[in-house]
Amino acid sequence: MTTVALKPATMAQALTRAMRDAMATDPAVHVMGEDVGTLGGVFRVTDGLAKEFGEDRCTDTPLAEAGILGAAVGMAMYGLRPVVEMQFDAFAYPAFEQLISHVSRMRNRTRGAMPLPITVRVPYGGGIGGVEHHSDSSEAYYMATPGLHVVTPATVADAYGLLRAAIASDDPVVFLEPKRLYWSKDSWNPDEPPAVEPIGRAVVRRPGRSATLITYGPSLPVCLEAARAAESEGWDLEVVDLRSLVPFDDETVCASVRRTGRALVVHESGGYGGPGGEIAARVTERCFHHLEAPVLRVAGFDIPYPPPMLERHHLPGVDRVLDAVGRLQWEAER
Amino acid sequence: MTVMEQRGAYRPTPPPAWQPRTDPAPLLPDAAPYRVLGTEAAAQADPGLLRRLYAQLVRGRRYNVQATALTKQGRLAVYPSSVGQEACEVAAALVLEDRDWLFPSYRDTLAVVARGVDPVQALTLLRGDWHTGYNPREHRVAPLCTPLATQLPHAVGLAHAARLKGDDVVALAMVGDGGTSEGDFHEALNFAAVWQAPVVFLVQNNGFAISVPLAKQTAAPSLAHKAVGYGMPGRLVDGNDAVAMYDVLSDAVRHARAGGGPTLVEAVTYRVEAHTNADDDKRYRADSEVTAWREHDPIDLLEQELTARGLLDEDGIRAAREDAETLAADLRARMNQDPALDPMDLFAQVYAEPTPQLREQRAQLRAELAAEAEGTH
Repeated sequence: MTTVALKPATMAQALTRAMRDAMATDPAVHVMGEDVGTLGGVFRVTDGLAKEFGEDRCTDTPLAEAGILGAAVGMAMYGLRPVVEMQFDAFAYPAFEQLISHVSRMRNRTRGAMPLPITVRVPYGGGIGGVEHHSDSSEAYYMATPGLHVVTPATVADAYGLLRAAIASDDPVVFLEPKRLYWSKDSWNPDEPPAVEPIGRAVVRRPGRSATLITYGPSLPVCLEAARAAESEGWDLEVVDLRSLVPFDDETVCASVRRTGRALVVHESGGYGGPGGEIAARVTERCFHHLEAPVLRVAGFDIPYPPPMLERHHLPGVDRVLDAVGRLQWEAER
Repeated sequence: MTVMEQRGAYRPTPPPAWQPRTDPAPLLPDAAPYRVLGTEAAAQADPGLLRRLYAQLVRGRRYNVQATALTKQGRLAVYPSSVGQEACEVAAALVLEDRDWLFPSYRDTLAVVARGVDPVQALTLLRGDWHTGYNPREHRVAPLCTPLATQLPHAVGLAHAARLKGDDVVALAMVGDGGTSEGDFHEALNFAAVWQAPVVFLVQNNGFAISVPLAKQTAAPSLAHKAVGYGMPGRLVDGNDAVAMYDVLSDAVRHARAGGGPTLVEAVTYRVEAHTNADDDKRYRADSEVTAWREHDPIDLLEQELTARGLLDEDGIRAAREDAETLAADLRARMNQDPALDPMDLFAQVYAEPTPQLREQRAQLRAELAAEAEGTH
């Protein structure tokens, strides 16, 4: 057995590699969006694809999100597999009508005759000092739309595997890329990229016994750090990375909560009407008799995304997570 | 005095590197809608084509009347009539080859039927049965599109994809005058022109977007003028003149197929009936206006031409009407049967594989149906 040298790769590089491998494997895969060609995307996630596959396969489109996604619908109707980049989270809003009225329901309305294998890549979330409209967490909107898969990786390996799975999916996938993790690194073997994970499975990132932190995307590193910090307080926290918001992996989440008896949902989008409310309800409905405390949420505030100089007060950090973990004592408070 | 008014102070010289991309003159539409019927040019029209158009117009009118009657009997949830617009509908379908694609809006059922889709299947959406009753791939007809203008970028993407694959395919997309105010109209036209996609955009300007007249919809000299700003030709045509419609649309299709890129065609026509059966058109227009347009009826115009040229007599008219009557009778008979819907289909096509959540909900509905069947619910 030969040992292969592991090399550090960033999440952005893993995403690029996933698109490159998908394009090389399947000529139907087309990447399109604003600045994805010559520039390689504003985050350089599509770097080199136009050069390698030509501008017909990696296309700089006019600046118009509804047009980009609408054209992708027609391309998918003709048998292509478009991978669309929405440059920033809030830039995707002009394309909402196409996403909600067509992309999500074309399979359903045509009774299966016309599935749309479209991947919509959305760099999302804050923490990079972006000005207004560059830091939204819009996952709740997507989750509320039947017909869409909603996927968000938190590790370099998942960025590769889940994007490959998304592109291979015969259904539309909103692929949320936590942009503040674009430059996070991990070691992997570039010659044998990680296996493609099926969409819809959560994973336990850190086993523990005293409470479950349920999280995804940009909040995973926060939760892992909080779990390390909590050790000194005697808390042995389990951390579940959802990876997929639709479909939702009730099984993995509920198995964890039944083991620990306490649950805390952590995400940076707003709490009211946010993913945490749905997750807390699901956990309560399924695990009520195992719960030692109410399911708590640590979320961003219910405000328009704040300016960069204030965003650290908005984003749930380790301290806010630890405070909430303290509140999971519950019995002591009763 | 503004700067613009100070002669000499304003130098209208563009920066050195700037060049106009195209001469707008060839892109501009004619000042008046293009007409064939009633002009000398009509004598040149192919008799076979005229007869084919006539037969389809008569069928189309009968279909419109029958579908409207079905709404009154509660067999259709809604029907947006295209009476008076049949020439646009029929021409849109007839100019396409089998391999081409049609992208209809919700008022274009007739074009879908003229393209060969089963008349009952074409009404599935409006009946309240499943949303799209036909397989879009079978006849290369996209689902009837209810949101306005959102199907236009689909047509662009499909035509673009076909060209990338080396296929000789044209997409024809239909939209109303109101739809031209939507952002998707703009984005679709812009994409089509930039990509030189083989698309024909057909705007049926029928005078009203529900109750709002064209003058409140746009300040443009005509909707066809909008083409110039995108860098594509705009054509203005009499939408009640079936031969003119066929001419202009087949020109545009040929142009697209030859790699010339998209064309915007504005058909000037009129919706002689209300928006749908739920609309009261007396609130927003005068009877005299409707009457004037009824006198410019697409079937009458063609019938006069055919009769004058000796291509149609009483027997021919009767034969066309009998054919249309057969269509209507078949439609009536089949629409008067209750469709059999399977409630479990609700979950069948949300995703390729149902999510665990949908599997649970499917089991719930199945149990409810079983209980209902046993009378225990």
